Amino acid sequence: MPSLSTLADRWLPRLVLSPTIVASLLFVYGFIALTGFLSLTESRLMPNYEYAGFGQYAELFDLERWWTAAANLGIFGALFVLFCLALGLLLAIFLDQKIRLEGALRAIYLYPIALSFIVTGAAWKWILNPGLGLEHMVRGWGFPDFTFDWLINPDMAIYTVVIAGVWQSSGFVMALFLAGLRGIDDSIIKAAQVDGASLPTIYRRIVIPSLRPVFFSVFLILAHIAIKSFDLVMALTAGGPGTSSTVPAVFMYQYAFSRGQLGLGAASAMMMLATIMAVLVPMMYLETKGTRHGR
Amino acid sequence: MAAKLTFGRAALYLLLALCALYYLMPLYVMLVTSFKSLDEIRAGNLLGLPAAPSAAAWAKAWAGACTGAQCDGLAPYFWNSVKMAIPAVLISTAIGSINGYVLAHWRFRGSEIVFTALMVGCFIPFQVVILPMARLLGMAEMANTTAGLAFVHIVYGLAFTTMFFRNYYVTVPEELIKAARIDGAGFFLIYRKIIFPLSLPIFMVCFIWQFTQIWNDFLFGVVFGGSDAQPVTVALNNLVNTSTGVKEYNVDMAAAIIAALPTLVLYLVAGKYFVRGLTAGAVKG
Repeated sequence: MPSLSTLADRWLPRLVLSPTIVASLLFVYGFIALTGFLSLTESRLMPNYEYAGFGQYAELFDLERWWTAAANLGIFGALFVLFCLALGLLLAIFLDQKIRLEGALRAIYLYPIALSFIVTGAAWKWILNPGLGLEHMVRGWGFPDFTFDWLINPDMAIYTVVIAGVWQSSGFVMALFLAGLRGIDDSIIKAAQVDGASLPTIYRRIVIPSLRPVFFSVFLILAHIAIKSFDLVMALTAGGPGTSSTVPAVFMYQYAFSRGQLGLGAASAMMMLATIMAVLVPMMYLETKGTRHGR
Repeated sequence: MAAKLTFGRAALYLLLALCALYYLMPLYVMLVTSFKSLDEIRAGNLLGLPAAPSAAAWAKAWAGACTGAQCDGLAPYFWNSVKMAIPAVLISTAIGSINGYVLAHWRFRGSEIVFTALMVGCFIPFQVVILPMARLLGMAEMANTTAGLAFVHIVYGLAFTTMFFRNYYVTVPEELIKAARIDGAGFFLIYRKIIFPLSLPIFMVCFIWQFTQIWNDFLFGVVFGGSDAQPVTVALNNLVNTSTGVKEYNVDMAAAIIAALPTLVLYLVAGKYFVRGLTAGAVKG
């Protein structure tokens, strides 16, 4: 018969972990299932638990505002990821050239990540204010025809979100790439230099390819931030002017909480989940496959 | 060759300095704007230093600005955020630590699956859980309370804290734990005597990560905070986006800095752990 302490050691770990497991089953998996179910009902202001098929999705796909939101997510997501990657990688490579004051510069590039997207949105809303901000200032410099009204221009408002988002997140990407660069074996680079390879060639042929895993995680994180982005848009443009800069997260909030369209809100939330899965699952699959082939 | 090299280095430094200016500019603009008078803001340019620096906008942002119907400034909401964030950070970190200990050193059949299943919580867009959660909090009469908000932050923070600690604790040699078990030490004794004393860095990382996440959160705050438990981010957004009355940009900017101050200070004093937390979160992805 096992002693009491052996029994305790066998069951304690499971016992200790069980509240978290229960919470996850309930509040993550259970709630996703509930939201999924809600999206299949005719719930409006109050939840209605009668199955009603895919009507909410049909309604969602008929709404022009949803497609504006989806298109904006595409524009914002693509540009946000692209600019963050490019700027982050460039800054990391530059900082990796034995720069004096590297610590201070790194801290300056990275501090925006400590801010709330609401703060970032408030700051850029003021800077991009057409009447008093950047536009006003450049006009004062002697360019009276200078216009920079993206914030109130329905065609351009979504790009202001890109500007603010890249400002906030690119330093973080820099930090990840820099950590990746520091993990590369110096001797490989030295050997290439001895062989007469130029610095750009070394970066293109050796350094950047070996950062593949970093690219992978950075891409995942940025795509994730982009798809979830809600606060930045709310603070900067509130989805406007009109609905021109709305994104799925703002759409979901407005329909579920301001317009009393629970079913439609739930359907849009499920679409957001599906989008994240569509990005995540293939990436994960590719990456684990890549690792299995012995890297 | 040497001259060319120096020129290249100079260009490199110039570029890095320009980038630094770009990142600093919004903070600088927020600061100078918050100390200007409204007249000066309307007349002067964005980057100019305030002619007659005044802290009036700060006083108003803290205690008198209107965030929607209330005109008590940001202070009550700032304290709401403090009351929400501190317990939520402490509890989610404590649970995460013991979870990580189990998943790293007390594996049982299925524990890897449990870990993977928990990690899904790091990836979901929270929009997909807020509707049932709003209903649940309503039924439990915890809607619009700080306790309810803290609860939500704990529940959805556990995936991250568990991951941080688990990934840190797997680097503690298994032999150390085995030896202690042979000596008759049990589950909690090993945690207290071996694991916990090694954990200071990861606790720091986790505290900072969780505090930043919870303090900066907007979605949960706006959905579950109501008017009584509204956190500072929601109040700031209401302040900046109210369309009634004269727009006081100096007050807006002072309020934005007030809302940003706790996480900014944390970043300045513990930046090392900050970066480590971000990279740790990212390595796992």
